[in-house]
Amino acid sequence: MMRYFLTRLAGAIPTLLIIVSATFFLMHAAPGGPFDQEQSLPPEILANLQRAYGLDQPIWTQYVRYLGSLLHGDFGPSFKYQDFTVTELIAQGFPVTLELGVIAMSLAVLLGVPLGVLAALRHNRPADYAAMSLAVAGIAIPSFVVLPFLGLVFGIRLHWLPVAGWEPDSLRYLLLPVVTLALPPLAYIARMTRGSLLEVLGSDYIRTARAKGLPLHVIVMRHALRPALMPVASYLVPAVASIMTGSLVVESIAGLPGIGRYLVQGALNRDYTLVLGMVIIYSTLLIGMGLIVDVFYGWLDPRVRQR
Amino acid sequence: MHPIPTLQVEGLSVHFDAPAGPLPAVREVSMSVAAAECVAVVGESGSGKTQLCLAVMGLLGRGAVVDGSVKFQGQELRGAPLKVLNQFRGATLSMVFQDPLSSLTPHLRIGAQLTEVLRHHRGAGSRQAWTLAARMLERVRLPDVQRRMRQYPHELSGGMRQRVMIAMSLLCGPALMIADEPTTALDVTVQAQILELLRDLRAELGMALILISHDLGVVGGIADRILVMYAGRIVEAAPVADLWRAPRHPYTAALLACVPALSGPLSSRLATLPGQAPQPAEVGPGCAFAPRCLRSEDRCRRERPTLSGSGAHQAACHFPLSA
Amino acid sequence: MRGLRRNRVALAALAIMIVVALFSGVGPWLNPNAADTLDWAHVAASPGFEHAHWWGTDRLGRDLFVRTLEGTRVSLAIGLLATLISVGVGISYGAIAGYVGGRTDHVMMRVIEILSGLPLIFFVIFLTVIFGRGPALLFLTIGAVGWLSMARIVRGQALSIRQREYIEAAIALGAGSGRIIVKHVVPNLIGPVIVYATLTVPQIILFESFLSFLGLGIQEPRVSLGTLIAAGAGEMEAAPWILLIPGGMLALLLLCLNIFGDGLRDALDVKER
Repeated sequence: MMRYFLTRLAGAIPTLLIIVSATFFLMHAAPGGPFDQEQSLPPEILANLQRAYGLDQPIWTQYVRYLGSLLHGDFGPSFKYQDFTVTELIAQGFPVTLELGVIAMSLAVLLGVPLGVLAALRHNRPADYAAMSLAVAGIAIPSFVVLPFLGLVFGIRLHWLPVAGWEPDSLRYLLLPVVTLALPPLAYIARMTRGSLLEVLGSDYIRTARAKGLPLHVIVMRHALRPALMPVASYLVPAVASIMTGSLVVESIAGLPGIGRYLVQGALNRDYTLVLGMVIIYSTLLIGMGLIVDVFYGWLDPRVRQR
Repeated sequence: MHPIPTLQVEGLSVHFDAPAGPLPAVREVSMSVAAAECVAVVGESGSGKTQLCLAVMGLLGRGAVVDGSVKFQGQELRGAPLKVLNQFRGATLSMVFQDPLSSLTPHLRIGAQLTEVLRHHRGAGSRQAWTLAARMLERVRLPDVQRRMRQYPHELSGGMRQRVMIAMSLLCGPALMIADEPTTALDVTVQAQILELLRDLRAELGMALILISHDLGVVGGIADRILVMYAGRIVEAAPVADLWRAPRHPYTAALLACVPALSGPLSSRLATLPGQAPQPAEVGPGCAFAPRCLRSEDRCRRERPTLSGSGAHQAACHFPLSA
Repeated sequence: MRGLRRNRVALAALAIMIVVALFSGVGPWLNPNAADTLDWAHVAASPGFEHAHWWGTDRLGRDLFVRTLEGTRVSLAIGLLATLISVGVGISYGAIAGYVGGRTDHVMMRVIEILSGLPLIFFVIFLTVIFGRGPALLFLTIGAVGWLSMARIVRGQALSIRQREYIEAAIALGAGSGRIIVKHVVPNLIGPVIVYATLTVPQIILFESFLSFLGLGIQEPRVSLGTLIAAGAGEMEAAPWILLIPGGMLALLLLCLNIFGDGLRDALDVKER
């Protein structure tokens, strides 16, 4: 098991490096620079600024310096938000986004799987239809429709929850955004679990388990669930990606001080270091998630470990 | 005074609901198995032999409609609630399936799959269950038991897996074990070993056995009685020696002719049965075998023959072969 | 197809979609207001019959009925057109990968794996930065959404078909690759392609609305459901209909498309591999 994990880890690092490098060169290759948005600056000041930020160096030098500073945990200064370094911006906003994402992901799995199991066990009966209808709605309706709508119902009409804003350590502000973010992955997971479980329940080894006189809950939990969760495991990485994308919208509508807005703003402002920092964070998250999923796979299906 | 048979099946019918209409798989089968008796159920694929046994065990899915009576040790199992069924299944009534690779749970270790039967049915603690399971694996002649118990199904060979399945169904000392083509998926040499194992275990444990096969040759050495099935019905039932010596139903005779004999000239051609077994929906009002039968006449196509005959040897034929 | 006819929910969804599409085309004719006239007398008016502002007006007095329907038209148009592009790209890519096989296939599939791993929004942001926010870019990025799964399906099919004996026979008889692709591979693809195309349309509409919502997509003066929703989100407390009407329309559209697509997939029994 350990060897499997380490092999996977070794494969992940080059991938991360490629992504970071590709992003770096792409950003620098695009026409324009970080100071274009400002009023046209006199050329001397522009040259000074460029020198100060090291932008006049050949691109390879910049690249190497950047990688070097990364290893020190230094993402460089933000060009747009000039009083802050990227590291500081990330440190401020990341915990919020992380909290949002983790809770949403947990909700999606902890509610989605049981919902799917229920639908599978009550196949073609009302509970199944109800669950699957909810799932279609969750998949189809976009977060930027759901969140305002929820805000309207629960915030404005019922005054139960705040619509926007944020307070540290206060879950009230996170509730609606978390539910909105969790909805699409929850729906996918429920559907997938249901389909997969139905298929597994038709397998020969489930028939054997029934022939052994085992009660239904044992058959489902011990024999059927693990193989049924394999497709769900594959979905976990795209689920994280979807939550990351969703957080951009949710954070901006709900006014949450996370890092989502930095990505969009950073690109529009040509803020190289900020965008690079964002990409690194997001990619690391995705790759990390991929590693966890790989290990999870190994646990679900022992045959995979020996490959 | 006859003791209650271990298994008593009366008028068992199974059909599947399909959009085009009901598909009958088993038609009004009645049979019984006495204590410690070995009954072989023989027939081509599609004859209904597997469906019959799945119906006895209550393992058919929701698309199947089961009619009739299945009494195990006097208890009615057909239509019984799941809790009742689960008292018997895996304990006093067990089944071994055809393909041991797909029939064992791939992600659980062998030991775990065995011990759960004991823990569930006997309330055994995990250490006790492990010891009992190991002992049973030794009894089915599995080598290197402790190591194998810690392995996963895909790490064992076909023959070993089938031994595991047999051990699994013996753990609680069943009164009746149903073995569905237990050797079909295995090599010929391993086949012989498994059959020998079954025969020896039967003798040791005094257990009744239903052996399903499409191969008369396989069951000849182990069965006490043979039931021949065709298109969902039993067409002949007889003690094994009688069947072999003097089959009465033309189908049985044809099946026997297909078994290659060790004696006789080497160059003689293998006998075959012309035609194919009918699809469930295709069977007409008369005898299902009539289209392929060399002895069939008008009456055969019009009127369905029922099982008749003296004593233990019965056949469903209007013009049975004479001894 | 028989299975689909029995799926009443899917058929209902299809019917609703067709009605909505027709309505979005015909509707504005029925209403005297134009999409961008500012009616200062009726700013943020709630839905009613005054001045034919059936669905109300927004903060600038623009009629919501006409604007919502125009946004719907734009979204549908983009959805269909971009889906066509995706289908074209996806089929070509997948057919080549599956048919040629070997290293080429391997490489092409790795590319797809990597691309599907990264959230698309990153690409969009980069491309927006490079090309600016124009309609051409919009089509490019949106077309990029759908072709991945299409390519995978097509490649899987092409791979399995290529291995079938009648293809070997055709090659032995001297048929060229092109002919084989057209006569044998393509007919087997039609089912899965139609299903995935149908499911790609809502994906694309969703993505386009998402971009427009963020300000990266459709720009003024053109209207998109995304921009309408963005405007509406700001007015939630005072004038909720500004959000609810375009939001409801988008939700309805996406729901129906997804339900119909699912129904189609179940009826034709198409699976991922």
